[in-house]
Order: sequence, then structure tokens, then C-alpha cells
Amino acid sequence: MHFTMAASAELRRMYSICVTPPRDGRHSLCVNRRLDSERVSFVESRLTFSRRSFLQAAVAAAAAGGVAVGCGKNGTPWRFFTVDEARTLAAVTDQIIPPDQDPGASWAGVVNFIDRQLCGPYKALQQTYRKGLTGVDQSSRGLYAKSFVDLASEQQIDVLRQLENGKAPGAIWKQASSSEFFGYLVDHTMQGFYGDPRHGGNREGVSWKMLGLPYPPIRGRQQNAPKQKT
Amino acid sequence: MALKHVNAVVVGSGAGGGIVAKELAEAGLSVVLLERGKWFTSFDDRKDDLRNQRTSALGASFGPDERNPRVYADNSGGEHVIPSNHWAYSNNAACVGGGTLSYGAMAWRYMEKDFRLRSTYGAVEGSTLEDWPISYSDLEPFYEKAEWEIGVSGDDSGNIFCAPRRRPLPMPPLAPNRGFKILEPAAKRLGLHPFPIPMLRNSVPYNGRGACMRCRWCVGYACEVNAKCGTQNTVIPRAIETRNCELRSECIAKEVVTDERGRVRGVAYFDSTGRLQEQTSDLVVVSCSAVESARLLLNSKSRLFPNGLGNRYDWVGRNLQGHSYTGAAGLFDQEIYDDLGPGASIAICDFNHGNPGFVGGGLLANEFLRSPYQVVTGVAGEGIPRWGAAHKDFMRRYFKRNMTVMGPMQEMPMFESRVQVDGKVKDAWGIPVARISGRHHPNDLLGTEFMAGKAEAWLKEAGATTTIRFHWTFLDIPSGGQHQAGTCRMGDDPKTSVVDKYCRVHELDNLYVIDGSVHVTNGGFNPVLTIMAIAYRASENLVKTWKGSHGRA
Repeated sequence: MHFTMAASAELRRMYSICVTPPRDGRHSLCVNRRLDSERVSFVESRLTFSRRSFLQAAVAAAAAGGVAVGCGKNGTPWRFFTVDEARTLAAVTDQIIPPDQDPGASWAGVVNFIDRQLCGPYKALQQTYRKGLTGVDQSSRGLYAKSFVDLASEQQIDVLRQLENGKAPGAIWKQASSSEFFGYLVDHTMQGFYGDPRHGGNREGVSWKMLGLPYPPIRGRQQNAPKQKT
Repeated sequence: MALKHVNAVVVGSGAGGGIVAKELAEAGLSVVLLERGKWFTSFDDRKDDLRNQRTSALGASFGPDERNPRVYADNSGGEHVIPSNHWAYSNNAACVGGGTLSYGAMAWRYMEKDFRLRSTYGAVEGSTLEDWPISYSDLEPFYEKAEWEIGVSGDDSGNIFCAPRRRPLPMPPLAPNRGFKILEPAAKRLGLHPFPIPMLRNSVPYNGRGACMRCRWCVGYACEVNAKCGTQNTVIPRAIETRNCELRSECIAKEVVTDERGRVRGVAYFDSTGRLQEQTSDLVVVSCSAVESARLLLNSKSRLFPNGLGNRYDWVGRNLQGHSYTGAAGLFDQEIYDDLGPGASIAICDFNHGNPGFVGGGLLANEFLRSPYQVVTGVAGEGIPRWGAAHKDFMRRYFKRNMTVMGPMQEMPMFESRVQVDGKVKDAWGIPVARISGRHHPNDLLGTEFMAGKAEAWLKEAGATTTIRFHWTFLDIPSGGQHQAGTCRMGDDPKTSVVDKYCRVHELDNLYVIDGSVHVTNGGFNPVLTIMAIAYRASENLVKTWKGSHGRA
């Protein structure tokens, strides 16, 4: 997770930041939930940074009261995505797991999860995502003459259904399979939403809380966790 | 500097190799146990639901890693270089203990008929189906030894299909979870014979380790309290305690080296620093599991053995098989999920044999506790919303109200399902990788359909409002997986098998293959206890016939 993403005003209110001394040439940055949470332990989101990104993150931390500072190579907060791609992806994932009484995919950090895996285990899928997200917009313009993020919810759902069925318009879908790309989108959104928070999604274990799964998730550890005064 | 000569090199420290190393070391032989992976403890395992041996979306926690590609050849001529989390890879953990560090730990004895499939059902067209050269009664004392030395809990007195045993299991079963309580009366109403699954897991303190704490991180993970019994916490420490066994982890076997007289001389391997070493020995035991054992033999080419060791009649790597998993998921009105690990608790063996219209069968049991992502991927299919608001509602409603019953269907061995070595693709050490190809026998599909129906009926009787059948078997893809077996078949005839009934390679008197590779057929059960029993039996014979370093092994 890039720190600048977490440094939105709301999150700054919720989290305190502590920077631990360097160990093995790496710095770790802990984001702890403030006392208003029901659990103090947020170890899952302990993040390890390289020296360079640590310095950048430290700048971001210093600037936390002001404007968010980008720390990605491409001048965005993301490792791989452009700002536009991330916006499109956020809208797509919010249709795959929409917010209702429980938060949806983008709140849970699914875009961050995918961004992170595309620079890790899913490196081979970078171009699939680059082309695919362009294709989503092509389809959306072909069907409704607007970019995906500007569509009404029902229109977005329609675009995604057509992608799923392999019937969506768009030049890119003449070379690539839209249903295959949609399969990745669904699978990776599920992983980011329901998987372990350490990978950058499922913020605060939100999906596990939604399903009524005790969190932190190891039986026997709960009684050892520090007691929380509310 | 040359390494000190030893009596035996065992390659691979999983279910087979760990036991062989301990048995030989206790008998006084000097042993080097080579393992390509690390020695993990539960503290190294981050209980990660996307990165473990069961769900490897982001990788496999106990390896093998990206330095170990394989090649998958599909049946339309395509060849794919695949990583270890690809479905066709047949991943088995690469670590001390092998699969037994992170397995689900079901401890099944095969049934008597599982060793005599050919004589029970007759020849099957298109399959190399054969009887084992040994029977259940040959293996029975060694099943017992595995149950008591490694540690099994359970109670199969309710299993009327179980082959006769002399001694009960050493530990009682774990207390029943909710799934057990719902499925047991339902099975009885259907006239079936349910019983608690035997498990290589401490239900009470045993062998100096504590009991299972019933956490949700079981299959796919290392046990947090070391209650799951594998070779890494039982026989391997005992082997080392004898001072006759040296465990060398992170060592990659390159080939089994032979001398000019056609006897095995030792093993060439890359040590943990990447240096090529040769460990000479009087005998060599290959226990790398079905894919890697075949690969090692096939990569051990020399003037006398141009096709690899044990491969004069082209049987090494053939008959690769695993299990055709099949079953059904059921949706309930009541809550099933009780967060009480391991989750899998009850089984029936009513459909292992004697089913109409096909050969063999398999057990049916309830599934281990599933993480939310595993429910998303596992409870899927027609009628289950894949995404959108309906998906989210479905998860909220049914995450705790679903139950899966499934089991391993016995597969028919296929001569063309095989492991070869690929001349073009090499691993990070420059060793040719395994190339996997093949298909399933039509019998496998018949069986999966039948058993899925039985799983469905059981769930419906237990109160499921909706059931979804599934199986993952397709005729046009190879088998294998974590229950991989068959690639170095055991038999009396050197022309149609690779090893004899004591696991010695026919054409070399000091080379053994001791793991699932030797299975002629793989039973309708998880194979680990059979691998362990075979390892005990082969080791006993090896020790009995051992005539000292200068005699013939």
C-alpha cells in the first residue's frame, strides 16, 4: 500500500503513524488504528519499504497535513496504473463488489491490491490490464458514448455483462478476449476483497467482518491481544 | 574436497524419504538426507489465505519457487512453460517433510481390492490397469507402524468396509464439529456407514507434542502448535538423533551417478551455495514424489543407461496419476460454519468399490474449513451469482451456511500420461525440467458423475436446500496433482514395471525408489499413509538384506 493513498483526510483521522528504526537496511512503517477502533492491533498492514520509497513515504508523512504527494515512478500514487486506469478499475471493481451496508471493493483497497500484484506475482498480466482497461473504456464509449466512470450504475453493469459474454464493442476486443479479461477482473477483485489484508486489499479485514469471521484470524491469539478500553 | 563416503543417500525428505532415512539410520547405516527445500517451522508460515499450498493464487508458501518451472504439453500440440501455481504443475511442497508439513493429514489405509483392481474388475481398455505385486496383508503391519510412529487419531470401528486391522488407532478422534453432527444422522438415514476420518493429527498429547487446538488454518499450512504429524516433526528428528543421519536442506539433486560396472555410485547435487557436489554412497534411495523422482531417473543418463536409470523398457515416468476429485456443495438454512478446525471430520467408504457401470470409486468426506476466497472459488457454478450485488448478498447469506462433500475418485492408469524431461527448458541450476502430458481415462468421468450424485444425495438428506455438483476432471488434460503417483510402477516383471516389490529398481541392485511413484494404482483415498507403509516395508527389507558397505546392498 502506498502511504499517500492512506493519507486521505478521513484516514489520517483514523490512523496514527509510527516509523520504526531501520533494520537490515529496510525501514518499516506501521500504520496503527487510533483508539476509536474495536481492536488496536493492525499488524497486518505493517508495511515494509525500501530505503528510497521509505524516504518518499516519509516526505508523504510530513506532508500529511497538506496535499498528497505521489511516490510512484510514473508520477501517480500507483506502482503500475495511471490515475485514469485506477479510476476506471475502481469503478469496475465497485460493480463487481458494490458498496451497500458494507463497504465495496474500492473502499477495501482492491485497486491497491491489484496494483501491487501487477508488480509482483501478476507481473505477466501488466499488458493484459493496460489493454483491458483501455478496452473497457472503448466498450463503454461504443455503447453509451461516455467513459466508464461517467456512466450510470445500470449502464456500467450492462458494459460489464457484455464484457463477460464476449460481446462488448471495442477495437481491443478484436485481438484480446474480453471475457478472459473480465475473468481476471472478477478473480482478482475477489482476492483483493476477501484475501488477507497484508496484500493491500481487504482493508481492516472488512470482508471478514461482513461475514462474521473473527478477526484477527487465529484462534488462541485473540485472548492474547491487548484489551481495548472504549 | 570430496565428501565422506556414506552408506546411503536419500533424495527427498517427504512422507517416503523421511521414514527411510530414520529406519536406515536406526539400523546403523550412515545416511545423507538431501532436501531441495528449507526446514520451515510453523513460525515461518504466515497463515496467508492467498499464498499457501492449498490456495496458491499469489504463490506457494513452501515452494517450489520460480526457479523451478515445468513444461506442460497439451493435447493439441501446444507447449507451455508453467510456474508452480499452475494447475498442471502437480505441485508438491518443496521443504523438509515435503507435503506432510502442510497437508490435510487424512490417514487412509487402502482397501484389499485397491491392490487387486485388475483381478477384481478385469482389464480396462486403454488403461495399463494392473494388480499390485503385494497385497493388503503384506502392508498391514507397516500401516500399523505408520499409525503408531507418526501418530493417527480417529476411530474406524464404524467403517464396515475397512480391511482387517490388528491394532486400533493410537488416538481417539477429535470431538465432532457441526458438519459431523449434521452429516452423521443423514448418512445413517440413507443406510450409509459414516465414521470419523482417521487423521495424522494429535487429538491428545502424543509423541511429545500437544493436541490440535482446532484453529482454521490447517490444510495448506504448517500447524501453529505442531499437532499435525509429518515426517518433519517425527521421524526426521529421530533420524538426526541417531547421529547417523545428516540432513542437507536446499540441495538440488542433479543426477544419480553410476559407475562403469553399472552400479549406482552416489548423487550429484548442487548444495545451498550452488556448488556442484558429489556424495558417494553404497546405495541411493529416490523419494522425490512421482514427478520429480521420474525426472531424476530420466536425467541420470550415461553410456550404460542412455535413456536414464530403470528405463530400459520405457516405463519411467509413465502412468502418472492422481485423483479425480468430485462431489457437491450444499446450501443450508442453518449455520454450518463453526470455525472449528480442521473441518473435515466425517467420511463414508460405501462407494469405494462395487459401483454400477465403472471401475473403482472413492471415499466421500466433508471438506476442510474454507476461507472466504475459497468459498468464492469453491461454491461456484450455475445459479451462483459470480459478481455484483447478488454475489455479495450470496456471500453474506451462505458463507456460514454451506457445506461441501467430496472425495478422491480412483483413476485408471494411462500409459500416455507421463513425465518426460524437456531438452529445451532448464531450471535455475541448468537441469532439464519435467515435461508433463497426458489425458484421463473415460472411466474417471463415469466415476466422478456417480460420486457427485451420491454427495448430492447425502447433502440433501442433511437438509441442503440447493446442491451444486462439481468435478474438476476433463478427459483431455493430464492427471497428477498433490496425490501424484504411478511413474515408477512396482511389479514382478521388469518389462512392465520399474521397481520390484521392495522398491528396488529392477536393473540396478543398489538403487531404490520409495514414494508414491511406485503405486500401481492410487486407491480411492489420500495416499500418504500408504506411501509411509511402503517406506517402512521397503526399509525393513533393505536393512535385512544389508551386508555392509563392501557387500552388495
